[in-house]
Amino acid sequence: MQILLNGNPRECADGTTVALLLEEAGYGGRRVAVEVNREIVPRSLHTKYVLAENDRVEIVHAIGGG
Amino acid sequence: MHAQVLPLTDDPLVIAGRSYRSRLLTGTGKYRDLDETRRATEAAGAEIVTVAIRRTNIGQDPNQPNLLDVLPPERYTILPNTAGCYTAEDAVRTCRLARELLDGHRLVKLEVLGDQKTLFPDVVQTLKAAEQLVAEGFQVMVYTSDDPILARRLEEIGCVAVMPLAAPIGSGLGIQNRYNLLEIVENAKVPVLVDAGVGTASDAAIAMELGCDGVLMNTAIAGARDPVLMAHAMKLAVEAGRAAFRAGRIPRKRYASASSPLDGII
Repeated sequence: MQILLNGNPRECADGTTVALLLEEAGYGGRRVAVEVNREIVPRSLHTKYVLAENDRVEIVHAIGGG
Repeated sequence: MHAQVLPLTDDPLVIAGRSYRSRLLTGTGKYRDLDETRRATEAAGAEIVTVAIRRTNIGQDPNQPNLLDVLPPERYTILPNTAGCYTAEDAVRTCRLARELLDGHRLVKLEVLGDQKTLFPDVVQTLKAAEQLVAEGFQVMVYTSDDPILARRLEEIGCVAVMPLAAPIGSGLGIQNRYNLLEIVENAKVPVLVDAGVGTASDAAIAMELGCDGVLMNTAIAGARDPVLMAHAMKLAVEAGRAAFRAGRIPRKRYASASSPLDGII
């Protein structure tokens, strides 16, 4: 299925959880926050939250800013 | 006999119930690399540092050092900002993401911008976002214009600090309207910090001499030829300005007054 990850289309397997997506994208264990369809998915739910076709996923982190 | 002096060290900045020794807050943008960010932050003696919340670059090596690795939240109070937001909705969304990112952290710097040319705050959207964020339990340090009435409104809403600009963000023009800042400082019951517009050390000292509780800056340090040295200068300026404010300056007079005694002149 296709999802939109940080604004770009991405293929992932049916049943992919947020935790698995983070792992595949290289963010396993990293300090990031995740939003799906503009709703925050708390860290405690990453392993339970199953993504669906066309979900809009945002992975954010902290960078330098004033 | 010794003159009674106010304690030099026991003068903490208290924001949302937490005490800080440093009254200089620094941004973390525009540095050459993370090592320079770290060295400048240390030279500034900052305890509160702002960060931006942005999308990760998917595909880029995620094991590269991260800002929060060099400025660990255990040591610094991380102040996520809403820079780049032009609506209350976007600002609230950014703060919610920051809270998730930082494990329930509630202190945020709210800024809702009006246009790209001036980066002046959109005060209508700022008020709206502040109300929403306070209702959601955030501790809001709010970037605003140097309008005393608006500053009071933001305090009434429940913001934990009011942060008027001295001049446009990144302009380095210094304190443009000291009487407005003075009015804001005199009316406020929450800390007032100058946020934006400082260009060099004397600007920071002037803000502190006016009675501001602190100064937040980024470009003035990061954009200097030697950012680490400028960070040090800003630390001294904020400390000097604060001490001068507490010491109480002499009144301005039009004519001279001799420093040496007039009695006993030969």
